[in-house]
Amino acid sequence: MLLDIKNLKTEFKTKKGIVAAVNGVDFSVDKGEVVAIVGESGSGKSVTSLSLMRLLAKTDKTKVTGEALFKGENLLDKSEKEMQKMRGKQLSMIFQEPMTSLNPVFTIGRQISEAVIKHDGATKKAARERSIEMLRLVGIPSPETRIDNYPHQLSGGMRQRVMIAMALSCSPELLIADEPTTALDVTIQAQILELMLELKEKLGTAILLITHDLGVVAEVADKVVVMYCGKVVEKAAVLDIFRDPKHPYTIGLLNSIPKIDENEERLFIIPGTVPNPLNLPSGCAFRDRCPNCLEKCKTCEPPLINLGEREVRCFLYEKENEANG
Amino acid sequence: MNTNKLTSKEEQKTSMSKSKKLMLRFKNFIGLIISNKAAFVGLIIVMLIVIVAILNSIFGKLMLPYDPFTGDLSKSLQSPSSAHFFGTDEQGRDIFSRVIDGTKISLRVGVISVAIALSLGTVVGSVCGYFGGKLDMFLMRIMDIVLAFPSLLLAIAFMSALGKGLDKAVIAISIVTIPEYARIVRGCVLSVRESEYVQAAKAIGNNEFAIIFKHVLPNILSPIIVRATLGVSGAILDAAALGFLGLGVQPPLAEWGTMLGAGRSYFFNAPYIILFPGLAITITVLAFNLFGDGLRDALDPKLNA
Repeated sequence: MLLDIKNLKTEFKTKKGIVAAVNGVDFSVDKGEVVAIVGESGSGKSVTSLSLMRLLAKTDKTKVTGEALFKGENLLDKSEKEMQKMRGKQLSMIFQEPMTSLNPVFTIGRQISEAVIKHDGATKKAARERSIEMLRLVGIPSPETRIDNYPHQLSGGMRQRVMIAMALSCSPELLIADEPTTALDVTIQAQILELMLELKEKLGTAILLITHDLGVVAEVADKVVVMYCGKVVEKAAVLDIFRDPKHPYTIGLLNSIPKIDENEERLFIIPGTVPNPLNLPSGCAFRDRCPNCLEKCKTCEPPLINLGEREVRCFLYEKENEANG
Repeated sequence: MNTNKLTSKEEQKTSMSKSKKLMLRFKNFIGLIISNKAAFVGLIIVMLIVIVAILNSIFGKLMLPYDPFTGDLSKSLQSPSSAHFFGTDEQGRDIFSRVIDGTKISLRVGVISVAIALSLGTVVGSVCGYFGGKLDMFLMRIMDIVLAFPSLLLAIAFMSALGKGLDKAVIAISIVTIPEYARIVRGCVLSVRESEYVQAAKAIGNNEFAIIFKHVLPNILSPIIVRATLGVSGAILDAAALGFLGLGVQPPLAEWGTMLGAGRSYFFNAPYIILFPGLAITITVLAFNLFGDGLRDALDPKLNA
């Protein structure tokens, strides 16, 4: 197991109280596997990834607890210096907005070389060679000349390719991709996803994909983790999620995807909105929006219920579990 | 062997194109300055002043019509004439020679004090802006305290503690102008700190030092350069004020402000004694301001696109 997250909690102290943006998350990523974290805005996806990379600002207002075991070592216990050595070398990250995630004043070659020089102790010349190689790998035409381009001379899709080249230049074992295709148009999205899969095959990098787009999930993920209000509500293999979603929230999410063969006037929506994290309802956080809300849901919080290969946080499956067990 | 040759050729090509690109950018930049008439005039005057100061430093008295320090008392307080373009002062020294000789002093005060204030201000501002927290609170309150005094008054206070003289004037002026740079740098760092490319730079394992100096500062260079250019004129003005008050550069050195101070008692019978040093100050300050404004436009990425 490459990454094993146990009871990860990230809390922010605000003036109005403590917000648990990530509230006891467990999941794991195996070598060479693609795990997708899905959820709507505010469900704690990005905070999970930033907590893993230890990129949240270090102030007394942020508290990260739990365990994030990367090859058996807890990332949360590492010193900042140790993290700096690991970032880029063992775990890397790409961001949502390729237009702004490259430094506008440096050539892309210099930015890719930076990590190689830092982590592998390469000379400038060797780093340049490596950068050209990486640019070729991510499918940028004539990388020998492109390497001296500035970010503003590239299109959004090209920039995301450069970001990927940068993140993978030291062959990390885990790539965290925080909504890597959200800012790109649909054709480029497909290309970038295909590229990520191809690189995963070639380099054996595991990918933790953070997204709200179920289309992306269907295309690339092996396992899916559905998050709601900072908690995992369902964990399953990708086919199981699409074939047989269990949690009412997952069902709602899948129903909200417009289908090409149906001619409906209005799209399906999950009624209500995400509750305020400062004022979560008692019991199940999803109960106000849930079509199958039970009396029990209002008072007790459902645990993650194990259904063999998958887990779901919902009382509806409690009996099923007992029957199975 | 063959491939080696090829790559070295390729490298030459890319390095050629790099220097060409730099040339092109420089040309664009000059073009933008020239297209702004006021900035162009400012640039020309600044360049003239710099050339005069450099030539004067190299050749000394050789390039001046008269010795700026020894006068001929028989020729004191003469009006401007073909022999003495700007006239002579109370000791019979040639004012033209003295004004020219003062150029290098004023320029030196301006440039050195800005360089000191800029580097210290940049360090304070970037540390405060990047790390924030209590350190930021503490350092910025010190800066606020310094800013609360009129800068000239504070400089006078420092001078009375340090003593008179050119070097001390430079130190006093740099200390009182540090907060201006610290504030500007801090503000810019705050706006860049949260940007995604800084996050990305962290995500590939850079340490704080590398992020501040390699990723944040290069992105905020243009407002700092503009502020520094405008700061030179401010420093020259402050130095002249200190000289006028008898605290800065001491006679017989020909600093413009000192000349004004020494000549003020002859103002009614020989106004040219203070007219020409005063004009020199005005023109220099104006030139740096015009150039600084033009620089701001030229470095503005929106206009540069």
